[in-house]
Amino acid sequence: MTATLAGPEVGRRRLRKEDQRLVTGQTRWTDNLTLPGMLHLAILRSPYAHAKITRIDVSAARQAPNVVAAFSGAELDNQGVLACAWPVTEDTVLPTYLPMAVDEVRHVGEPVAVVVARDKGSAVDALDAIDIEYEPLPVVLDLEAALAPGSPLVHDSAGTNKAYHWVFDSADAGTGASVASAEAEVTVARRYVQQRLIPAFMEPRSVVVDPTGGEWTMYSATQIPHITRFLLAATTGTPEHKIRVVAPDVGGGFGGKLQITPEEWITFAVSTKVGRPVKYTETRSESLVSGHHGRAMIQDITLTAKRDGTVTGLHVKLTANMGAYMGIITPGTPLLGAFMYNAIYKFPAYRFECTGVFTNTTKTDAYRGAGRPEATYAIERIMDELAAELGLDPLEVRRRNWIRHEEFPCTTVAGLVYDSGNYEAATEKATGLLGYEALRSEQAARRASGDPVQLGIGISTYTEMCGLAPSRTLGALRYGAGGWESVTVRVLPTGKVEVVSGSTPHGQGHDTAWSQIVADQLGVPFDDVIVLHGDTRIAVKGMDTYGSRSLAIGGIAMVQAAEKVREKAKKVAAHLLEVSPNDLEWSEGAFRVKGNRDQAKTIAEVAIAVFAAHDLPEGVEPSLDSEATFDPSTFSFPHGTHLCAAEVDTETGRVTIRKYVAVDDIGKVINPLIVEGQVHGGVVQGMAQALFEDAIYDESGNLVTGSFADYLLPSAADLPEIVCDRTETPATTHPLGVKGVGEAGTIASTPAVVNAVVDALRPRGVHDIPMPLTPERVWQAASRQEGAA
Amino acid sequence: MARVSVTVDGVRYVDDVPPRTLLVQYLREQLGKVGTVVGCDTGNCGACTVLFAAPDGAAQAVKSCSLLAVQADGGEVTTVEGLAGSDGTLHPVQQAFHEQHALQCGFCTPGMIMAAVDLLQENPNPTEAEIRDGMSGNLCRCTGYQNIVRAVQAASQASGTGSAVPPQAGPADTPSTAGVA
Repeated sequence: MTATLAGPEVGRRRLRKEDQRLVTGQTRWTDNLTLPGMLHLAILRSPYAHAKITRIDVSAARQAPNVVAAFSGAELDNQGVLACAWPVTEDTVLPTYLPMAVDEVRHVGEPVAVVVARDKGSAVDALDAIDIEYEPLPVVLDLEAALAPGSPLVHDSAGTNKAYHWVFDSADAGTGASVASAEAEVTVARRYVQQRLIPAFMEPRSVVVDPTGGEWTMYSATQIPHITRFLLAATTGTPEHKIRVVAPDVGGGFGGKLQITPEEWITFAVSTKVGRPVKYTETRSESLVSGHHGRAMIQDITLTAKRDGTVTGLHVKLTANMGAYMGIITPGTPLLGAFMYNAIYKFPAYRFECTGVFTNTTKTDAYRGAGRPEATYAIERIMDELAAELGLDPLEVRRRNWIRHEEFPCTTVAGLVYDSGNYEAATEKATGLLGYEALRSEQAARRASGDPVQLGIGISTYTEMCGLAPSRTLGALRYGAGGWESVTVRVLPTGKVEVVSGSTPHGQGHDTAWSQIVADQLGVPFDDVIVLHGDTRIAVKGMDTYGSRSLAIGGIAMVQAAEKVREKAKKVAAHLLEVSPNDLEWSEGAFRVKGNRDQAKTIAEVAIAVFAAHDLPEGVEPSLDSEATFDPSTFSFPHGTHLCAAEVDTETGRVTIRKYVAVDDIGKVINPLIVEGQVHGGVVQGMAQALFEDAIYDESGNLVTGSFADYLLPSAADLPEIVCDRTETPATTHPLGVKGVGEAGTIASTPAVVNAVVDALRPRGVHDIPMPLTPERVWQAASRQEGAA
Repeated sequence: MARVSVTVDGVRYVDDVPPRTLLVQYLREQLGKVGTVVGCDTGNCGACTVLFAAPDGAAQAVKSCSLLAVQADGGEVTTVEGLAGSDGTLHPVQQAFHEQHALQCGFCTPGMIMAAVDLLQENPNPTEAEIRDGMSGNLCRCTGYQNIVRAVQAASQASGTGSAVPPQAGPADTPSTAGVA
């Protein structure tokens, strides 16, 4: 492969070509769609976390005004099942997951019946006429209670709430020693709880299915149109070639739309039954209770070290909440962190164990970072604890353990080969931007004076694995699909260019970044490139968008496709110029005769000649397009140093982030503007976990944070300005040097914020505060410890 | 059914609507003004924000999910679709959102823009804190708000009275520390 990035467009702060229509309301959200004869669907959802359905009768709803049909779960006999693509062990428990419950419900919000009517209001009204009775069953919500003998079972047929037990041990893998034999002059053991979070994309999920003419078009607010099409075919028996899935404008995802949903499957089945287009758009409350959640795990982590701060072993035991059912990658999500607990460090011994547990709650699945934020949180928190134990500066403890720049490439104790990195450079830049030493002095002064507002500095020297993922690796981890990506580049007769992208955006700016890359590759203006995506009839092949993969994988496919186009165009250009292809060079956006640069042909000139096809060289087809599919050989490893200075009012518990510095190393950058936007948003999502967000169930299994009045997304008033900078250490495993940035901010920022608050209160004996760090919790920690000290 | 007469983006509509119809439902479902969107059902997210002027009243931002269509009777509504000039020239706030990269997925954007227009009407020269406070009724999940704040500052400046937009805190096109891999 010779793909490279070069040219005037790549690296520019190009304003986005997506914006014009988005700022004027010219949008194609799924809920905007109205098709001829379209009906509206409403869903009746279980109010119980666990119950038998003892009686259900929807006949009265069918008599309600404007109602066309109504179905119970049993009556919707074509609903298929929802598939889990990632059984992580041979014996992973995968209970049957019906889109609509038939005789038992296992979490609040599970669909039990549907009404389809001429308008949404009539459909919702008619839900009241459904006659349904439940026999409540015992509910289990707590992870450890669920594993205890005698616990109520979420799935009786499984005989246990334990879904799986998955282990990685460096001694078994041959990548390190055994943690049991690790030298332990110091042992630090901590329990961290990753509270349950809700992805909370701003656009509620919406789906329209048009079954007209024995072919099905599904429009859905999804991150994964291609995977959805495949799984619809596989689980409903509908021929794949008769299904088209379209993801029109999609308003945010963050992993929350990396799912095949009960609502999609139900709408598909109902539209088939009634033979008309059907739309379902969720309310926000439905979204919060029914869309999958994230995090929700207990982390028991033990670090052993020498007194000089050198870590000798790391043992992680996870207990991960699956919820009531297995979503598309529910079991695998915690394991995406398995290879990241050792982070940027050279640990000689590592053991990771994860137990997946069923509870009567909404299922969990991917949420921005998926496994990696949890891992980064735990290791970056406990490195601070080790530093405190040893009386060392937390930065110094990190320095003593991290992989030094000259040690790359480096095989980690988790068995991954980190190709490149420069933790020293990122950290130096971050400490400079923060004013680390000055803030440490101020911290000491405030401590000495007994200032009621204490200052803390939080550090997060994170790394992550991006570019999900090499297909071979996915296979070894028992994931059901590959991780390649596909791109087609087509030059039209007028020289305009269509780029067909398998990965599909929901806010990332593919249209702009892809245009920049292809403009350079083909020597055409930025505005002459259009990027097509999100429709399985247009972008025929793709693995979709998640895991910071679009550029790190799709970008390489794109450059390869553009190169193939250029190779073909070169033959035509040589023919037109009456020279040998060997006499041509690609320079400044055109094929030029070596030694006579003015003799040249642009791609546009070649395109019109190819279109006419009057005089093509022997063996050259009259088309100027090409496709490339790229499967990565390994992951990419962005890293960086995030520093947070937080003021903690010990009298009120209020936390104010005074300064936040994010220095990220994501390799080569296509568009710095887009990168900064990704970092800003990512950092804030991580801050939100640290300070605000918490999905809470009451003892009966009701989600009490079931609206935006109760689930605290931060607003502009709650947040600081973020200082962003970069270092650039290109990935070496592919020629583009890019690494991925979609999840970095979220992965990095949570521990930086919590470390800052704990650091502020450490003289009071505080060594942890459970997330989110509400004023009440912070105040209690500060007050309790002050009294004890 | 209740008869309503509402001017939306300069066009006068007369319709019979079920009395329970929300203004946002009327805009989207009956008038096809789908540029205004619904993000929640509790009035928290602000995605549905439009400008509304009651008869003889001044235009101000309202969450169109929190107003009945019948309450808009006789009034005038401006949505994000009605902000740009007839020649397509973007409103200064729309232009600023574009230039400051204040949107990613764009779903909150219609409401953000309308809230910003309202904020700048009331306070043409807001401080950063006033902007953050003034925009706190609108939620965004993509941007972390940083560039939204900058966009409001830039729009304020563009209309001639505002404070200067601080330079982007990010690095120049070429990072100053390049590791050698």
